[in-house]
Amino acid sequence: MVEMMQNLIDQIDPYTLQILMNIGIAIIMALGLNLITGVTGQLSLGHAAFMSIGAFTSAILSIHYNLPFSLNLLVAGLTAAFIGALIGFPILRLTGDYLAIATLGFAEILKVIFLNLNITNKALGLSVPPPNTDIPMPFVIFFVALVTIIFMSFIHNSRFGRSLMAIREDEIAAEAMGINATRYKLQAFAVGSFLAGVGGGLYAHVIAYINPSDFGFMKSIDILNMVVLGGLGSIPGAILGASVLASAPEFLRFMQQYRMLVYGALLVFLMVFRPNGLLGGVNFTRLVLKIIGKNKPARAAK
Amino acid sequence: MSLLRMEDVSIRFGGLLAVYNVNLSVQPGEIHSLIGPNGAGKSTIFNLITGIYKPSEGHIYFDEKRIEGKKPYHIAALGIARTFQNIHLFNDLTVLDNVLIGAHTSGKWDLTGSLLKFTPWVRSDERKLKFLAMESLEAMELTDKTNELAKNLPYGEQRRLEIARALAVKPKLLLLDEPAAGMNPHEKQVLMEMVKIIRGKGITIFLVEHDMKFVMGISDQIAVLDYGVKIAEGLSEEIRTNPKVIEAYLGKGAVH
Repeated sequence: MVEMMQNLIDQIDPYTLQILMNIGIAIIMALGLNLITGVTGQLSLGHAAFMSIGAFTSAILSIHYNLPFSLNLLVAGLTAAFIGALIGFPILRLTGDYLAIATLGFAEILKVIFLNLNITNKALGLSVPPPNTDIPMPFVIFFVALVTIIFMSFIHNSRFGRSLMAIREDEIAAEAMGINATRYKLQAFAVGSFLAGVGGGLYAHVIAYINPSDFGFMKSIDILNMVVLGGLGSIPGAILGASVLASAPEFLRFMQQYRMLVYGALLVFLMVFRPNGLLGGVNFTRLVLKIIGKNKPARAAK
Repeated sequence: MSLLRMEDVSIRFGGLLAVYNVNLSVQPGEIHSLIGPNGAGKSTIFNLITGIYKPSEGHIYFDEKRIEGKKPYHIAALGIARTFQNIHLFNDLTVLDNVLIGAHTSGKWDLTGSLLKFTPWVRSDERKLKFLAMESLEAMELTDKTNELAKNLPYGEQRRLEIARALAVKPKLLLLDEPAAGMNPHEKQVLMEMVKIIRGKGITIFLVEHDMKFVMGISDQIAVLDYGVKIAEGLSEEIRTNPKVIEAYLGKGAVH
Protein backbone atom coordinates (compact mmCIF):
# COMPACT_ATOMS: atom_id res chain seq x y z
CA MET A 1 0.00 0.00 0.00
CA VAL A 2 2.68 2.44 1.08
CA GLU A 3 4.81 1.41 -1.91
CA MET A 4 1.91 2.05 -4.25
CA MET A 5 1.51 5.57 -2.84
CA GLN A 6 5.24 6.18 -3.16
CA ASN A 7 5.18 4.98 -6.78
CA LEU A 8 2.29 7.27 -7.53
CA ILE A 9 4.10 10.22 -6.03
CA ASP A 10 7.27 9.49 -7.98
CA GLN A 11 5.23 9.96 -11.15
CA ILE A 12 4.45 13.58 -10.30
CA ASP A 13 7.20 16.15 -10.51
CA PRO A 14 8.25 17.58 -7.12
CA TYR A 15 7.33 21.14 -8.05
CA THR A 16 3.69 20.28 -8.80
CA LEU A 17 3.60 18.08 -5.73
CA GLN A 18 4.80 20.95 -3.56
CA ILE A 19 2.01 23.19 -4.91
CA LEU A 20 -0.56 20.46 -4.31
CA MET A 21 0.62 20.06 -0.72
CA ASN A 22 0.42 23.83 -0.20
CA ILE A 23 -3.14 23.73 -1.52
CA GLY A 24 -4.04 20.87 0.84
CA ILE A 25 -2.73 22.74 3.87
CA ALA A 26 -4.41 25.95 2.70
CA ILE A 27 -7.75 24.12 2.47
CA ILE A 28 -7.43 22.91 6.07
CA MET A 29 -6.52 26.41 7.28
CA ALA A 30 -9.25 28.12 5.24
CA LEU A 31 -11.97 25.73 6.39
CA GLY A 32 -10.97 26.35 10.00
CA LEU A 33 -11.19 30.11 9.59
CA ASN A 34 -14.37 29.74 7.54
CA LEU A 35 -16.06 28.14 10.55
CA ILE A 36 -15.09 31.09 12.76
CA THR A 37 -15.54 33.96 10.33
CA GLY A 38 -17.79 32.62 7.58
CA VAL A 39 -20.24 30.48 9.52
CA THR A 40 -20.24 32.07 12.96
CA GLY A 41 -19.51 35.59 11.73
CA GLN A 42 -16.66 36.35 14.15
CA LEU A 43 -13.92 38.22 12.30
CA SER A 44 -10.54 36.82 13.32
CA LEU A 45 -7.29 38.38 12.13
CA GLY A 46 -5.09 36.03 14.10
CA HIS A 47 -5.58 32.66 12.48
CA ALA A 48 -1.86 32.32 11.71
CA ALA A 49 -1.15 32.48 15.45
CA PHE A 50 -2.98 29.20 15.97
CA MET A 51 -1.15 27.79 12.99
CA SER A 52 2.14 28.74 14.67
CA ILE A 53 1.06 27.07 17.93
CA GLY A 54 0.40 23.87 16.00
CA ALA A 55 3.59 24.19 13.95
CA PHE A 56 5.86 24.69 16.96
CA THR A 57 4.12 22.06 19.09
CA SER A 58 4.40 19.56 16.28
CA ALA A 59 8.03 20.47 15.54
CA ILE A 60 9.09 20.25 19.18
CA LEU A 61 7.33 16.90 19.55
CA SER A 62 9.14 15.62 16.46
CA ILE A 63 12.51 16.81 17.73
CA HIS A 64 12.27 15.61 21.33
CA TYR A 65 9.78 12.73 21.30
CA ASN A 66 9.34 10.05 18.74
CA LEU A 67 5.53 10.01 18.69
CA PRO A 68 3.65 8.52 15.73
CA PHE A 69 2.87 11.38 13.37
CA SER A 70 -0.91 11.00 13.74
CA LEU A 71 -0.62 11.43 17.51
CA ASN A 72 1.80 14.31 16.99
CA LEU A 73 -0.74 16.13 14.80
CA LEU A 74 -3.53 15.45 17.27
CA VAL A 75 -1.52 16.97 20.13
CA ALA A 76 -0.63 19.97 17.94
CA GLY A 77 -4.31 20.49 17.11
CA LEU A 78 -5.47 20.06 20.69
CA THR A 79 -2.85 22.49 21.99
CA ALA A 80 -4.00 25.11 19.50
CA ALA A 81 -7.64 24.42 20.38
CA PHE A 82 -6.91 24.69 24.09
CA ILE A 83 -5.14 28.04 23.72
CA GLY A 84 -7.87 29.12 21.31
CA ALA A 85 -10.53 28.41 23.92
CA LEU A 86 -8.47 30.11 26.62
CA ILE A 87 -8.04 33.26 24.52
CA GLY A 88 -11.56 33.04 23.13
CA PHE A 89 -13.14 33.07 26.57
CA PRO A 90 -12.39 36.76 27.24
CA ILE A 91 -12.24 38.12 23.67
CA LEU A 92 -15.31 36.49 22.15
CA ARG A 93 -17.40 38.87 24.23
CA LEU A 94 -16.23 41.52 21.81
CA THR A 95 -17.87 41.93 18.44
CA GLY A 96 -16.91 43.12 14.97
CA ASP A 97 -13.93 45.43 14.70
CA TYR A 98 -13.05 45.10 18.38
CA LEU A 99 -12.79 41.33 18.11
CA ALA A 100 -10.68 41.67 14.95
CA ILE A 101 -8.24 43.99 16.75
CA ALA A 102 -8.07 41.73 19.81
CA THR A 103 -7.25 38.66 17.69
CA LEU A 104 -4.68 40.70 15.77
CA GLY A 105 -3.07 41.80 19.03
CA PHE A 106 -3.01 38.27 20.37
CA ALA A 107 -1.29 37.03 17.21
CA GLU A 108 1.40 39.71 17.47
CA ILE A 109 2.01 38.97 21.17
CA LEU A 110 2.33 35.27 20.46
CA LYS A 111 4.82 35.95 17.66
CA VAL A 112 6.97 38.01 20.02
CA ILE A 113 6.78 35.29 22.68
CA PHE A 114 7.91 32.65 20.20
CA LEU A 115 10.73 34.94 19.07
CA ASN A 116 12.04 34.99 22.65
CA LEU A 117 11.56 31.44 23.90
CA ASN A 118 14.50 29.05 24.07
CA ILE A 119 12.37 26.07 23.17
CA THR A 120 11.42 27.65 19.83
CA ASN A 121 15.08 28.56 19.26
CA LYS A 122 14.26 32.29 19.30
CA ALA A 123 14.63 34.14 16.01
CA LEU A 124 16.70 31.36 14.48
CA GLY A 125 13.67 29.14 14.16
CA LEU A 126 13.53 25.35 14.22
CA SER A 127 14.67 22.75 11.75
CA VAL A 128 12.02 20.07 11.69
CA PRO A 129 13.00 16.39 11.26
CA PRO A 130 10.98 14.28 8.82
CA PRO A 131 7.63 13.09 10.16
CA ASN A 132 7.50 9.75 11.93
CA THR A 133 5.27 7.94 9.45
CA ASP A 134 5.59 5.51 6.51
CA ILE A 135 2.84 7.17 4.55
CA PRO A 136 4.17 9.82 2.13
CA MET A 137 3.41 13.40 3.26
CA PRO A 138 1.19 14.34 0.30
CA PHE A 139 -1.17 11.52 1.16
CA VAL A 140 -1.24 12.49 4.82
CA ILE A 141 -2.16 16.04 3.81
CA PHE A 142 -4.84 15.01 1.31
CA PHE A 143 -6.33 12.61 3.83
CA VAL A 144 -6.52 15.27 6.57
CA ALA A 145 -7.96 17.78 4.09
CA LEU A 146 -10.59 15.29 2.98
CA VAL A 147 -11.60 14.46 6.54
CA THR A 148 -11.81 18.20 7.28
CA ILE A 149 -14.08 18.80 4.28
CA ILE A 150 -16.40 15.94 5.28
CA PHE A 151 -16.50 17.05 8.90
CA MET A 152 -17.27 20.65 7.89
CA SER A 153 -20.15 19.58 5.66
CA PHE A 154 -21.51 17.55 8.57
CA ILE A 155 -21.33 20.63 10.78
CA HIS A 156 -23.14 22.79 8.23
CA ASN A 157 -26.24 20.61 8.28
CA SER A 158 -26.47 19.98 11.98
CA ARG A 159 -28.02 21.53 15.05
CA PHE A 160 -24.55 22.81 15.97
CA GLY A 161 -23.96 24.43 12.57
CA ARG A 162 -27.41 26.01 12.49
CA SER A 163 -26.78 27.53 15.91
CA LEU A 164 -23.54 29.06 14.64
CA MET A 165 -25.30 30.50 11.58
CA ALA A 166 -28.06 31.87 13.80
CA ILE A 167 -25.42 33.71 15.83
CA ARG A 168 -23.94 35.16 12.64
CA GLU A 169 -27.32 36.28 11.36
CA ASP A 170 -28.72 37.78 14.57
CA GLU A 171 -27.22 37.16 17.97
CA ILE A 172 -30.13 38.63 19.94
CA ALA A 173 -32.68 36.47 18.16
CA ALA A 174 -30.42 33.42 18.51
CA GLU A 175 -30.29 33.88 22.28
CA ALA A 176 -34.06 34.35 22.38
CA MET A 177 -34.33 30.89 20.75
CA GLY A 178 -32.36 29.34 23.60
CA ILE A 179 -28.90 29.39 22.01
CA ASN A 180 -26.04 30.12 24.41
CA ALA A 181 -24.12 32.33 21.99
CA THR A 182 -20.94 32.62 24.06
CA ARG A 183 -20.62 28.87 24.41
CA TYR A 184 -21.20 28.18 20.72
CA LYS A 185 -18.81 30.91 19.61
CA LEU A 186 -16.18 29.43 21.90
CA GLN A 187 -16.71 25.96 20.46
CA ALA A 188 -16.46 27.26 16.90
CA PHE A 189 -13.29 29.14 17.82
CA ALA A 190 -11.79 26.01 19.39
CA VAL A 191 -12.61 23.83 16.36
CA GLY A 192 -11.20 26.47 13.99
CA SER A 193 -8.05 26.72 16.11
CA PHE A 194 -7.75 22.93 16.18
CA LEU A 195 -7.73 22.82 12.39
CA ALA A 196 -5.21 25.66 12.27
CA GLY A 197 -3.02 23.69 14.68
CA VAL A 198 -3.21 20.55 12.55
CA GLY A 199 -2.52 22.61 9.43
CA GLY A 200 0.46 24.19 11.19
CA GLY A 201 1.82 20.78 12.14
CA LEU A 202 1.61 19.62 8.53
CA TYR A 203 3.16 22.87 7.30
CA ALA A 204 6.12 22.52 9.68
CA HIS A 205 6.94 19.05 8.35
CA VAL A 206 6.49 19.96 4.71
CA ILE A 207 8.66 23.07 4.88
CA ALA A 208 11.08 21.41 7.36
CA TYR A 209 12.06 24.77 8.81
CA ILE A 210 9.84 27.14 10.75
CA ASN A 211 10.42 30.61 12.09
CA PRO A 212 8.02 32.71 14.19
CA SER A 213 8.09 35.41 11.50
CA ASP A 214 6.47 32.97 9.04
CA PHE A 215 3.23 33.34 11.00
CA GLY A 216 2.79 37.08 10.99
CA PHE A 217 -0.10 39.33 10.12
CA MET A 218 0.32 38.73 6.38
CA LYS A 219 -0.20 34.99 6.85
CA SER A 220 -3.47 35.62 8.71
CA ILE A 221 -4.58 37.97 5.96
CA ASP A 222 -3.68 35.37 3.32
CA ILE A 223 -5.96 32.83 4.98
CA LEU A 224 -8.73 35.40 5.40
CA ASN A 225 -8.38 36.27 1.71
CA MET A 226 -8.96 32.65 0.75
CA VAL A 227 -12.20 32.55 2.73
CA VAL A 228 -13.45 35.91 1.48
CA LEU A 229 -12.46 35.21 -2.13
CA GLY A 230 -14.34 31.91 -2.15
CA GLY A 231 -17.36 33.26 -0.32
CA LEU A 232 -17.82 33.57 3.43
CA GLY A 233 -19.60 30.59 4.93
CA SER A 234 -19.34 28.39 1.84
CA ILE A 235 -17.32 25.15 2.01
CA PRO A 236 -16.80 24.83 -1.76
CA GLY A 237 -15.93 28.52 -1.69
CA ALA A 238 -13.24 28.08 0.94
CA ILE A 239 -11.79 25.13 -1.00
CA LEU A 240 -11.77 27.12 -4.23
CA GLY A 241 -10.34 30.22 -2.55
CA ALA A 242 -7.59 28.17 -0.90
CA SER A 243 -6.75 26.41 -4.17
CA VAL A 244 -6.61 29.62 -6.20
CA LEU A 245 -4.63 31.68 -3.70
CA ALA A 246 -2.23 28.91 -2.70
CA SER A 247 -1.29 28.35 -6.34
CA ALA A 248 -1.62 31.96 -7.59
CA PRO A 249 1.96 32.97 -6.69
CA GLU A 250 3.18 30.08 -8.84
CA PHE A 251 0.91 30.79 -11.81
CA LEU A 252 1.85 34.45 -11.71
CA ARG A 253 5.55 33.67 -11.38
CA PHE A 254 6.23 34.60 -15.02
CA MET A 255 5.41 38.21 -14.17
CA GLN A 256 8.25 38.27 -11.68
CA GLN A 257 8.18 41.28 -9.41
CA TYR A 258 4.85 42.51 -10.78
CA ARG A 259 2.92 39.52 -9.55
CA MET A 260 1.90 41.01 -6.20
CA LEU A 261 0.58 43.98 -8.15
CA VAL A 262 -1.60 41.75 -10.31
CA TYR A 263 -2.64 39.70 -7.30
CA GLY A 264 -3.81 42.86 -5.52
CA ALA A 265 -5.63 44.13 -8.59
CA LEU A 266 -7.41 40.79 -8.98
CA LEU A 267 -8.66 41.01 -5.42
CA VAL A 268 -9.97 44.53 -5.96
CA PHE A 269 -11.80 43.50 -9.14
CA LEU A 270 -13.31 40.55 -7.36
CA MET A 271 -14.62 42.66 -4.50
CA VAL A 272 -16.17 45.10 -6.99
CA PHE A 273 -17.87 42.52 -9.18
CA ARG A 274 -18.51 39.73 -6.73
CA PRO A 275 -18.55 41.21 -3.21
CA ASN A 276 -19.90 38.00 -1.69
CA GLY A 277 -16.98 35.98 -3.03
CA LEU A 278 -16.82 33.59 -5.97
CA LEU A 279 -19.27 31.09 -4.51
CA GLY A 280 -20.90 33.30 -1.87
CA GLY A 281 -24.66 32.93 -1.65
CA VAL A 282 -24.65 29.83 -3.86
CA ASN A 283 -26.48 27.00 -2.16
CA PHE A 284 -25.30 23.80 -3.82
CA THR A 285 -28.04 21.56 -2.52
CA ARG A 286 -30.67 23.94 -3.83
CA LEU A 287 -28.79 24.40 -7.10
CA VAL A 288 -28.71 20.65 -7.73
CA LEU A 289 -32.39 20.33 -6.79
CA LYS A 290 -33.22 23.11 -9.22
CA ILE A 291 -31.24 21.52 -12.04
CA ILE A 292 -32.94 18.14 -11.65
CA GLY A 293 -36.27 19.94 -11.24
CA LYS A 294 -37.05 18.83 -7.72
CA ASN A 295 -37.20 22.14 -5.91
CA LYS A 296 -40.38 21.25 -4.13
CA PRO A 297 -41.17 22.06 -0.52
CA ALA A 298 -39.94 19.52 1.98
CA ARG A 299 -42.65 17.36 3.47
CA ALA A 300 -43.16 16.95 7.18
CA ALA A 301 -41.05 14.20 8.66
CA LYS A 302 -42.99 11.31 10.04
CA MET B 1 -51.86 30.86 40.19
CA SER B 2 -50.39 33.10 37.55
CA LEU B 3 -48.01 31.95 34.83
CA LEU B 4 -46.10 35.20 34.76
CA ARG B 5 -45.96 37.71 37.56
CA MET B 6 -44.06 40.99 37.77
CA GLU B 7 -43.73 42.45 41.26
CA ASP B 8 -42.81 46.12 41.64
CA VAL B 9 -40.48 45.97 38.65
CA SER B 10 -38.50 49.12 37.82
CA ILE B 11 -35.64 49.78 35.47
CA ARG B 12 -33.48 52.84 35.19
CA PHE B 13 -31.28 53.79 32.24
CA GLY B 14 -28.99 56.38 33.76
CA GLY B 15 -31.38 59.06 34.99
CA LEU B 16 -34.32 57.83 32.94
CA LEU B 17 -36.89 55.73 34.75
CA ALA B 18 -38.19 53.65 31.85
CA VAL B 19 -40.42 51.33 33.85
CA TYR B 20 -41.60 52.20 37.34
CA ASN B 21 -43.11 49.84 39.94
CA VAL B 22 -45.03 47.75 37.49
CA ASN B 23 -47.16 44.92 38.84
CA LEU B 24 -48.57 42.57 36.26
CA SER B 25 -49.80 39.04 36.24
CA VAL B 26 -50.66 36.85 33.27
CA GLN B 27 -52.94 33.90 33.94
CA PRO B 28 -52.41 30.58 32.15
CA GLY B 29 -54.44 30.23 28.96
CA GLU B 30 -55.35 33.88 28.49
CA ILE B 31 -54.53 36.43 25.84
CA HIS B 32 -53.16 39.40 27.73
CA SER B 33 -52.42 42.66 25.95
CA LEU B 34 -50.18 45.52 26.91
CA ILE B 35 -50.97 48.84 25.26
CA GLY B 36 -49.77 52.40 25.65
CA PRO B 37 -48.48 55.39 23.68
CA ASN B 38 -45.07 55.30 21.96
CA GLY B 39 -42.21 55.25 24.41
CA ALA B 40 -44.39 54.07 27.29
CA GLY B 41 -41.99 51.19 28.03
CA LYS B 42 -43.87 48.27 26.50
CA SER B 43 -40.95 46.76 24.64
CA THR B 44 -38.76 47.41 27.68
CA ILE B 45 -41.08 45.19 29.68
CA PHE B 46 -40.66 42.44 27.08
CA ASN B 47 -36.91 42.86 27.25
CA LEU B 48 -37.08 42.59 31.04
CA ILE B 49 -39.09 39.38 30.87
CA THR B 50 -36.81 37.77 28.27
CA GLY B 51 -33.63 38.65 30.11
CA ILE B 52 -32.20 41.21 27.71
CA TYR B 53 -32.42 43.76 30.55
CA LYS B 54 -32.12 43.11 34.26
CA PRO B 55 -34.59 45.05 36.41
CA SER B 56 -33.08 47.66 38.74
CA GLU B 57 -35.67 46.67 41.33
CA GLY B 58 -38.42 44.11 41.70
CA HIS B 59 -38.90 40.48 40.81
CA ILE B 60 -40.27 38.56 37.86
CA TYR B 61 -41.71 35.09 38.41
CA PHE B 62 -42.43 32.54 35.71
CA ASP B 63 -44.15 29.36 36.89
CA GLU B 64 -43.42 30.60 40.42
CA LYS B 65 -39.67 30.60 39.69
CA ARG B 66 -37.71 33.84 39.78
CA ILE B 67 -36.32 34.62 36.34
CA GLU B 68 -35.11 38.21 36.56
CA GLY B 69 -31.43 38.56 35.68
CA LYS B 70 -31.26 35.16 34.03
CA LYS B 71 -29.70 34.93 30.56
CA PRO B 72 -32.04 35.11 27.54
CA TYR B 73 -31.17 31.57 26.39
CA HIS B 74 -31.95 30.25 29.85
CA ILE B 75 -35.33 31.96 29.90
CA ALA B 76 -36.14 30.61 26.42
CA ALA B 77 -35.35 27.11 27.65
CA LEU B 78 -37.79 27.61 30.54
CA GLY B 79 -40.58 28.14 28.03
CA ILE B 80 -40.84 31.81 27.10
CA ALA B 81 -40.59 32.56 23.38
CA ARG B 82 -40.89 35.95 21.73
CA THR B 83 -41.07 37.89 18.51
CA PHE B 84 -39.51 41.30 17.95
CA GLN B 85 -40.99 44.67 17.14
CA ASN B 86 -38.55 45.25 14.30
CA ILE B 87 -38.29 41.84 12.66
CA HIS B 88 -35.25 39.82 13.74
CA LEU B 89 -35.20 36.88 11.35
CA PHE B 90 -32.14 34.91 10.25
CA ASN B 91 -32.28 36.59 6.86
CA ASP B 92 -29.83 34.58 4.81
CA LEU B 93 -31.16 31.23 6.01
CA THR B 94 -34.14 29.35 4.63
CA VAL B 95 -37.57 29.45 6.23
CA LEU B 96 -37.09 25.86 7.39
CA ASP B 97 -33.69 26.61 8.96
CA ASN B 98 -35.18 29.58 10.77
CA VAL B 99 -37.79 27.38 12.38
CA LEU B 100 -35.31 24.56 13.02
CA ILE B 101 -33.22 27.04 14.99
CA GLY B 102 -36.37 27.91 16.91
CA ALA B 103 -36.64 24.24 17.87
CA HIS B 104 -33.08 24.39 19.24
CA THR B 105 -33.97 23.71 22.88
CA SER B 106 -35.76 20.46 21.97
CA GLY B 107 -32.55 18.94 20.58
CA LYS B 108 -29.56 17.78 22.55
CA TRP B 109 -26.68 16.98 20.16
CA ASP B 110 -24.02 19.64 19.72
CA LEU B 111 -20.53 19.44 18.27
CA THR B 112 -20.29 15.69 18.89
CA GLY B 113 -23.60 15.34 17.08
CA SER B 114 -21.96 16.76 13.94
CA LEU B 115 -19.31 14.04 14.14
CA LEU B 116 -21.91 11.34 14.70
CA LYS B 117 -24.27 12.71 12.08
CA PHE B 118 -25.33 9.37 10.63
CA THR B 119 -25.83 7.51 13.88
CA PRO B 120 -29.44 6.64 14.80
CA TRP B 121 -29.38 8.84 17.94
CA VAL B 122 -28.48 12.02 16.11
CA ARG B 123 -30.84 11.22 13.25
CA SER B 124 -33.81 10.70 15.54
CA ASP B 125 -32.91 13.96 17.28
CA GLU B 126 -32.90 15.75 13.90
CA ARG B 127 -36.21 14.13 12.94
CA LYS B 128 -37.76 15.40 16.15
CA LEU B 129 -36.61 18.96 15.41
CA LYS B 130 -37.84 18.72 11.82
CA PHE B 131 -41.24 17.50 12.98
CA LEU B 132 -41.54 20.37 15.45
CA ALA B 133 -40.46 22.84 12.79
CA MET B 134 -42.96 21.62 10.23
CA GLU B 135 -45.71 21.62 12.84
CA SER B 136 -45.16 25.29 13.63
CA LEU B 137 -44.85 26.19 9.94
CA GLU B 138 -48.20 24.52 9.37
CA ALA B 139 -49.79 26.51 12.18
CA MET B 140 -48.63 29.72 10.48
CA GLU B 141 -49.51 28.45 6.98
CA LEU B 142 -45.99 28.70 5.64
CA THR B 143 -45.36 25.08 4.61
CA ASP B 144 -45.12 25.96 0.92
CA LYS B 145 -42.27 28.39 1.59
CA THR B 146 -39.84 26.09 3.43
CA ASN B 147 -36.98 26.49 0.94
CA GLU B 148 -37.28 30.25 0.43
CA LEU B 149 -34.76 32.54 2.06
CA ALA B 150 -36.34 34.41 4.96
CA LYS B 151 -35.34 37.80 3.51
CA ASN B 152 -37.23 37.06 0.27
CA LEU B 153 -40.61 36.65 1.98
CA PRO B 154 -43.17 39.43 1.81
CA TYR B 155 -43.51 41.50 4.97
CA GLY B 156 -46.65 39.84 6.33
CA GLU B 157 -45.14 36.40 5.91
CA GLN B 158 -41.95 37.49 7.63
CA ARG B 159 -44.05 38.48 10.64
CA ARG B 160 -45.76 35.09 10.55
CA LEU B 161 -42.40 33.32 10.22
CA GLU B 162 -41.26 35.05 13.39
CA ILE B 163 -44.27 33.65 15.20
CA ALA B 164 -43.68 30.19 13.68
CA ARG B 165 -40.08 30.31 14.88
CA ALA B 166 -41.23 31.27 18.38
CA LEU B 167 -43.79 28.42 18.36
CA ALA B 168 -41.02 25.95 17.56
CA VAL B 169 -39.49 26.80 20.94
CA LYS B 170 -42.53 24.97 22.41
CA PRO B 171 -43.29 27.86 24.73
CA LYS B 172 -45.72 27.98 27.62
CA LEU B 173 -45.79 31.74 27.22
CA LEU B 174 -45.57 33.49 23.88
CA LEU B 175 -44.63 37.18 23.79
CA LEU B 176 -45.68 38.99 20.63
CA ASP B 177 -44.21 42.45 20.14
CA GLU B 178 -46.51 44.35 17.77
CA PRO B 179 -47.39 41.32 15.64
CA ALA B 180 -49.81 43.25 13.41
CA ALA B 181 -47.56 46.25 12.73
CA GLY B 182 -47.50 47.13 9.05
CA MET B 183 -50.10 44.55 8.05
CA ASN B 184 -53.10 45.33 5.90
CA PRO B 185 -56.63 44.79 7.32
CA HIS B 186 -56.98 41.37 5.70
CA GLU B 187 -53.60 40.16 6.99
CA LYS B 188 -54.57 41.41 10.44
CA GLN B 189 -57.79 39.42 10.32
CA VAL B 190 -55.88 36.26 9.36
CA LEU B 191 -53.34 36.89 12.10
CA MET B 192 -56.07 37.34 14.68
CA GLU B 193 -57.53 33.93 13.83
CA MET B 194 -54.07 32.36 14.04
CA VAL B 195 -53.40 33.87 17.46
CA LYS B 196 -56.69 32.45 18.69
CA ILE B 197 -55.76 29.01 17.34
CA ILE B 198 -52.39 29.20 19.13
CA ARG B 199 -54.15 30.03 22.37
CA GLY B 200 -56.42 27.05 21.72
CA LYS B 201 -53.33 24.84 21.87
CA GLY B 202 -52.82 25.88 25.47
CA ILE B 203 -50.18 28.52 24.90
CA THR B 204 -50.60 31.69 26.96
CA ILE B 205 -50.14 34.87 24.96
CA PHE B 206 -48.87 38.22 26.11
CA LEU B 207 -48.80 40.85 23.40
CA VAL B 208 -47.92 44.45 22.76
CA GLU B 209 -49.93 46.11 20.04
CA HIS B 210 -50.91 49.53 18.77
CA ASP B 211 -53.88 48.50 16.69
CA MET B 212 -56.88 48.95 19.02
CA LYS B 213 -59.25 46.95 16.86
CA PHE B 214 -56.84 44.03 17.00
CA VAL B 215 -56.33 44.34 20.75
CA MET B 216 -60.02 44.73 21.57
CA GLY B 217 -60.84 41.83 19.24
CA ILE B 218 -58.78 39.15 20.92
CA SER B 219 -57.72 40.17 24.42
CA ASP B 220 -59.03 38.68 27.65
CA GLN B 221 -57.16 41.23 29.72
CA ILE B 222 -55.63 44.55 28.81
CA ALA B 223 -53.01 46.48 30.74
CA VAL B 224 -52.21 50.10 29.88
CA LEU B 225 -48.79 51.62 30.32
CA ASP B 226 -47.93 55.32 30.20
CA TYR B 227 -44.49 56.78 30.93
CA GLY B 228 -43.39 53.48 32.44
CA VAL B 229 -46.30 53.32 34.90
CA LYS B 230 -49.26 50.97 34.69
CA ILE B 231 -52.30 53.24 34.67
CA ALA B 232 -55.08 50.72 34.10
CA GLU B 233 -55.85 47.04 33.76
CA GLY B 234 -59.02 45.18 33.00
CA LEU B 235 -61.41 43.90 30.37
CA SER B 236 -61.60 45.66 27.02
CA GLU B 237 -64.84 47.51 27.90
CA GLU B 238 -63.38 48.92 31.11
CA ILE B 239 -60.26 50.08 29.30
CA ARG B 240 -62.19 51.76 26.51
CA THR B 241 -64.05 53.98 28.95
CA ASN B 242 -61.28 54.52 31.51
CA PRO B 243 -60.62 58.30 31.70
CA LYS B 244 -56.94 57.84 32.50
CA VAL B 245 -56.44 55.79 29.36
CA ILE B 246 -58.24 58.30 27.19
CA GLU B 247 -56.13 61.05 28.70
CA ALA B 248 -52.91 59.15 27.98
CA TYR B 249 -53.87 58.65 24.36
CA LEU B 250 -55.73 61.81 23.53
CA GLY B 251 -54.51 64.32 26.11
CA LYS B 252 -56.26 66.25 28.88
CA GLY B 253 -59.65 67.69 28.14
CA ALA B 254 -60.70 64.86 25.88
CA VAL B 255 -62.98 63.46 28.57
CA HIS B 256 -66.30 65.21 29.02
